[in-house]
Amino acid sequence: MFLQLLFTGLGIGAIYALVALGFVLLIRAASVVNFGQGEFAMLGAYLLVIFFNLLTLPYWLSIILAIVLMAGFGVLFAGATYWPLRHRGGLPVIISTIGASIFLENMVLVLYGPNSEQIDGLWDTPGWDVGPVYVDSQYLSIIVVAALLVALQYFIFEKTLLGKKLQATSQDKEMASLLGIPVAFMILLTFAYSSSLGAIAGILVAPILFVSTGMAALIALKAFAANIIGGYGSIPGAILGGLALGVVETMGAAYISVPYKDAFAFLMLLTFLMARPQGLFGERIAEKA
Amino acid sequence: MTMAIIPQTSPYRGLPGTLIALLGVVAVAIFAPQQGYILNILMQAATYATAVVGLVVVLGYCGQISIAQAAFMGLGAYGVAIGTVDFHLNFFAALAIAVSIAGALGLLLGVASLRLGGHYLAMVTISFQQILTLVLINWISFTHGPDGIRNIPRPALFGVSFDQGNVFLGLCLAAMVLTAVGVWRLKSNRLGRAMRAVRDNELAAGTCGIDVFATKVLAFGLSAVIGGIGGGLFAGGFRYISPDQFSFAESIVLLTMALLGGVQSPFGALLGTGLLVILPEWLRFLRQVYLAVYGAAVILIMVFLPDGLWGFVDEQGRKRAKAITGPVPPLPLLSERGVETDEVVLHVEGLAKHFGGVKALDGVDLSVRRGTVHALIGPNGSGKSTFVNVVTGLYRPTAGRIRFLGQDITGFAPHQRNRAGLARTFQNIRVFRGMTVLENVMVGAERPGNGLTGAAAGERALAALDFVGLRGDAHRLVGQLSYGHQRYVEIARALAGTPQTLLLDEPAAGLNPTEKIELGELLKRLKGHGLTILIIDHDMKLVEQVADHITVLNFGRRIADGGKRDVLTNPDVIAAYLGEQHHEAA
Repeated sequence: MFLQLLFTGLGIGAIYALVALGFVLLIRAASVVNFGQGEFAMLGAYLLVIFFNLLTLPYWLSIILAIVLMAGFGVLFAGATYWPLRHRGGLPVIISTIGASIFLENMVLVLYGPNSEQIDGLWDTPGWDVGPVYVDSQYLSIIVVAALLVALQYFIFEKTLLGKKLQATSQDKEMASLLGIPVAFMILLTFAYSSSLGAIAGILVAPILFVSTGMAALIALKAFAANIIGGYGSIPGAILGGLALGVVETMGAAYISVPYKDAFAFLMLLTFLMARPQGLFGERIAEKA
Repeated sequence: MTMAIIPQTSPYRGLPGTLIALLGVVAVAIFAPQQGYILNILMQAATYATAVVGLVVVLGYCGQISIAQAAFMGLGAYGVAIGTVDFHLNFFAALAIAVSIAGALGLLLGVASLRLGGHYLAMVTISFQQILTLVLINWISFTHGPDGIRNIPRPALFGVSFDQGNVFLGLCLAAMVLTAVGVWRLKSNRLGRAMRAVRDNELAAGTCGIDVFATKVLAFGLSAVIGGIGGGLFAGGFRYISPDQFSFAESIVLLTMALLGGVQSPFGALLGTGLLVILPEWLRFLRQVYLAVYGAAVILIMVFLPDGLWGFVDEQGRKRAKAITGPVPPLPLLSERGVETDEVVLHVEGLAKHFGGVKALDGVDLSVRRGTVHALIGPNGSGKSTFVNVVTGLYRPTAGRIRFLGQDITGFAPHQRNRAGLARTFQNIRVFRGMTVLENVMVGAERPGNGLTGAAAGERALAALDFVGLRGDAHRLVGQLSYGHQRYVEIARALAGTPQTLLLDEPAAGLNPTEKIELGELLKRLKGHGLTILIIDHDMKLVEQVADHITVLNFGRRIADGGKRDVLTNPDVIAAYLGEQHHEAA
């Protein structure tokens, strides 16, 4: 029972971690707290539904198309919510991303209707019994893909020139631009990447949850919580925070109360905010006088 | 000869308008339909508007984002519903209890702001909102669950029955008007100014004697109370409530209303609410895409109308404001004690501040005597600014003690140090940008311990502006002033609080040569009045002009201390500024 819950919790936690990762990258690159992060996942899942269920394209092609389209969408999103407000501080951008999230959710509702959609998983085999644990193939895929993406991102950020430029942009935009790094391009690139990460999460989780407009808010709030639990602006924090959250809420639902399943995430968040606001990996930075 | 009158400080401001509005409310209550669609729209507008006015306090005035106003409405509504239906309490008794609970939880949310700002706080409020919704849905035995609560009774008061829909609407509208006027008056009260100062610049607010934390907590509490009142009246107005009426989505709706109208003004909040309640009725053909349009509107408002619709009205008001004429009493600057004495006002002993391995200050001693102008100089990175920040409480020292007027203030918070009489200015100007010049200086005049409120604080602020020569700009937004004049506003803000000691952190930084000469003149005038000043600067010309006593820092240590002549000819000091002689020879 415990191991089974741990496996399921890690699977769902990996989804939160992926969305949280996209979230934290935007914080680092552009100091943007993006409340539309969950919509990236939702839109990714809907694109998969459109390509695979409606247009009956092959599954893999549908996935690739959805991810590529979502990368472009990330740039559009930046143009609408971030670009015009980039010099006006944090609060206006936060509020405009909230606006974007309401807009997107309801546009999908208008265009697609309120019915939730079911979609096939990645594999024909539903899963295997490994000792006492039933290993669901979709959950396993989520964990593997998430791990691969984290490794890939680590490689890009630490070992390539592009990654160095992205890091420089996130640390000091003025200095980066003096060094000839195209800062605006780097920020747009981060939006595109962050949006595709969200889409991948949405695509992976689509067969588990039903695809609906409600999934956006649910995933986004968990991802934000993961971020703060892990430490604001910390990449390993986002990943570990997401995994921890998935495990805690799965266990909480199983052992304590199903109706309050979502409350565990928020209680955990509140506890962290009160007791350790810098999170697991965060630093406290004092404002300079 | 009559003294200058400052309109913002009149105790009767807004009274005629309020009376007219209340007469209007009575008229509406008489002529509104007793039930039906129109009544519902008006009822919704009135109760929502009240809750949105609460957002003006916390978000508009205090700058703290709260995405939980619907939760506070919900607490008010459920308190009234459960109190009247299940416990058979009187409506107003139930409302009072509900509002107290909302207020207490609001204060609790405010406490979270002690350690968290901005997006963290947004998350806390969202979590609070979500948890409350889950409780309302799932604690069925107490909240009746997703079905909601029906048949909520309406009250009677002083023999007047509010059972008729139109009469109850009158009650809601009256509450809305009174709340809006109260919040409007709050804006130009001491508490309101303190909130806005916290919003514009927390650090500066603290060094002006404002207890930043308590101010934020109060803003949250007040906003929750107002939200609770709106919710309680909503329950009575519709006689039926359910959890989805107070969900996260509704919090966003309330936020949008505030932003559209203009979150800086309660009248903007009323306007925004009215528009967003009525607009969808006009735009019925958009019904399907209504919420999508809503979301797009939020973005458009943020981009094109950062101050909301009411922002225009406020701007016009400022343009039309007349200069305040009439004399003000002279600015008291401790001139009665203006002789240089041997009394040590500020005594710093072994002060150290380490940032990790960097010893920014490494055991500095310093004594400032009353009535002197004491200069602290040193090359870049010598620890001067760190020194000011430790002395004014922005940084905690690693070691050492600070005594001010005989009192050990080492453990004091910035606002406590200011209250003890220690004022400062900042190297990078920190004025309250969303406030007028006069309001900026009034914040300084109102520091606890200065004994000034209302009109007297306004008078003192005018006197301080007179002293620095900016009286004519009193009604302008401080951000419209030149850099040099903003610095004068900072100095006037400090002076208006009648400080015992004034710390000037690089006052000449960023000034052009003319402004530097003016600053020198201003400092000489201050010196003539016998104010004790500790000045930190690079500008040796300025220091030479005004200083009596000089302390030199280098690499976090004191390398010289004494009278002006001795220090400026000290070979160590010359070496620190110009490099060692033999290095240049080599």
